Amino acid sequence: MTVMEQRATRGAGAPTPPPAWQPRTDPAPLLPDAEPHRVLGTDAAADADPELLRRLYAEVVRGRRYNAQATALTKQGRLAVYPSTTGQEAAEVAAALALEERDWLFPSYRDTLAAVARGLDPVQALTLLRGDWHTGYDPREHRIAPLSTPLATQLPHAVGLAHAARLKGDDVVALAMVGDGGTSEGDFHEAMNFAAVWQAPVVFLVQNNGFAISVPLAKQTAAPSLAHKAVGYGMPGRLVDGNDAVAMHEVLTEAVTRARGGGGPTLIEAITYRMDAHTNADDATRYRSDAEVETWRAHDPILLLERELTERGLIDEAGMQAVRDDAERMAAALREAMNQDPVLDPMDLFTDVYAEETSQLREQAAQLRAELEAEAEASEGSQEGGGE
Amino acid sequence: MTTVAAKPAAKPATMAQALGRALRDAMADDPTVHVMGEDVGTLGGVFRITDGLAKEFGEDRCTDTPLAEAGILGTAVGMAMYGLRPVVEMQFDAFAYPAFEQLISHVARMRNRTRGAMPLPITVRVPYGGGIGGVEHHSDSSEAYYMATPGLTVVTPATVADAYGLLRRSIASDDPVVFLEPKRLYWAKDSWNPEAPTDVDPIGTAVVRRPGTSATLITYGPSVPVCLEAAEAARSEGWDLEVVDLRSLVPFDDATVAASVRRTGRAVVVHESGGFGGPGGEIAARVTERCFHHLEAPVLRVAGFDIPYPPPMLERHHLPGVDRVLDAVARLQWDQ
Ligand SMILES: Cc1ncc(C[n+]2csc(CCOP(=O)(O)OP(=O)(O)O)c2C)c(N)n1
Ligand SMILES: [Mg+2]
Repeated sequence: MTVMEQRATRGAGAPTPPPAWQPRTDPAPLLPDAEPHRVLGTDAAADADPELLRRLYAEVVRGRRYNAQATALTKQGRLAVYPSTTGQEAAEVAAALALEERDWLFPSYRDTLAAVARGLDPVQALTLLRGDWHTGYDPREHRIAPLSTPLATQLPHAVGLAHAARLKGDDVVALAMVGDGGTSEGDFHEAMNFAAVWQAPVVFLVQNNGFAISVPLAKQTAAPSLAHKAVGYGMPGRLVDGNDAVAMHEVLTEAVTRARGGGGPTLIEAITYRMDAHTNADDATRYRSDAEVETWRAHDPILLLERELTERGLIDEAGMQAVRDDAERMAAALREAMNQDPVLDPMDLFTDVYAEETSQLREQAAQLRAELEAEAEASEGSQEGGGE
Repeated sequence: MTTVAAKPAAKPATMAQALGRALRDAMADDPTVHVMGEDVGTLGGVFRITDGLAKEFGEDRCTDTPLAEAGILGTAVGMAMYGLRPVVEMQFDAFAYPAFEQLISHVARMRNRTRGAMPLPITVRVPYGGGIGGVEHHSDSSEAYYMATPGLTVVTPATVADAYGLLRRSIASDDPVVFLEPKRLYWAKDSWNPEAPTDVDPIGTAVVRRPGTSATLITYGPSVPVCLEAAEAARSEGWDLEVVDLRSLVPFDDATVAASVRRTGRAVVVHESGGFGGPGGEIAARVTERCFHHLEAPVLRVAGFDIPYPPPMLERHHLPGVDRVLDAVARLQWDQ
């Protein structure tokens, strides 16, 4: 019996408690389903649009290739670090595809793939991780907020932006991404609360990939699910199979549409798994078994899509090969671009700290310039010396 | 005839190992010491400082907390109120910021608020500083924020032996200590005997790392090796530089610093943290107030630029290195 039903069936003779004692909204409709929403591998898959299936497949395969390429680039010293989304491509890709061009994406530090799937140049997406600048793109141009390393801090930003858009009369939605670990931060809770109180057009996507570095979900939360956290703030929570690209796309699109129509925020928990270590610098064998990782291979996002496409005869081997070739071309282009050393100007240290450079920074810039000139002279001198 | 048990010899050890050993020994000696933070248990911390502690002492003594720095420090306050001695790990400098409210509004001032009735013996370990090629938010020098908060003790070691000794003293302190670990020195090696670690001076004692006569380099943490290297390089210029390692920023050892500067007559403060509003300003003022008539030149500062910490590919232009220290020494008015 829901709280509201209990209330309705209370005996007629019972004394009426003050109105403030009652829940103000019925929590039942906000509760997530007991089982994560799935489409692929269920009867509902038959209704999935073939075009959408093919599109998702192509993007997820590209995403997988992107992850492999970026990881390889760390081994070649071309990226300082890479937090991979191998295994999480369905959620990353669906997040990007659920948005209209005017909408905004607020990625966490792990979500470069979502940005790339939205159309951002991979080199720009990876700038932070290559280490030549912090944000490699103009957020306003792409409507992608800077990748956020301080966990969950991007979530209130998404709420504020969505709120501002609504105040302005624009039908813009903000989609904010965060990890399971990030939901423990105060900023997550404050963002959820603001979003619900303001009925801001924002969608929170939590990718529950099982771990926050080494810490498993069980040490992170005692909630029935992360999606249940929505109820306490007065917004619906949805539980989805994060490896089911079609289910992800469906739930995200619904939430985005609802937000756009003035229906307020939604919290979506995508259940997925981080197949790789936290980053290339992490040793996952210290906290999880290979056997656990293996259990997720059978539920791989690419496999799920491939099975559906082939069973319905929507793709043949040649079609799949074409998708793989396309991914290969993307990887080759990325590899080539990343093999170029970025052109760096040390004097950029002083640009864009303030709109107008302060006199202190001017002094410091002059100091660095003089140092660089002296350095250049010294190395020229030594080169000439060496030649003689 | 007495036989003396052969003492295990000193061998190369890293600062990371010494810090881990300090935690272990503190936990073994005092059952109220609890280690808590993100990934400190099973993983042993992202820098492996807490490696093995959960195994040896159990997860109640070395706890993987939920990912929430304000919550970590806030619950540590409650644990300390009930008689425990929490040692909190903040994963990186910039990830300690969510805990600032707890730190500033409660941790720093609980002794004062309660007229001494309820001091908080909490140690907050913070890996800090740059030079490790870390991406955004992994290289901040946040010491000035802590120094500016009365009630906090601020300690930072520069050697393997000090890392052990100062961490033991910080944990034993009844006052809250922000223990800043120079992460680029984590893997620096020194000859050290973990079975017979020597005690260090009480917190608040600076040390002359290298005696000299021409000028004093006043520094701490990650910049100590830079200054020692600069002092070596300065010999060929005819300068014999003294290097003072502060070891603790709060309390500040005015006596050792002033005695050195009075001897040498010249001083340069060196740190990674930005110069404007940074520790060097406070230090230079204190030196000037105490040594004015002994000074042959104004106290100079060599600091990080006043910019957000740059991306890894540019950090070498930002970090004070040997050349910048020597340039400053050269400007100490030697002709007059
Ligand atoms: C405020 C803050 N605290 C700590 C960290 C260090 N850190 C980086 S990633 C990470 C784990 C994040 O886990 P989760 O939110 O589940 O995201 P995932 O890495 O699984 O994508 C931690 C603790 C951080 N980046 N920001
Ligand atoms: Mg996670």
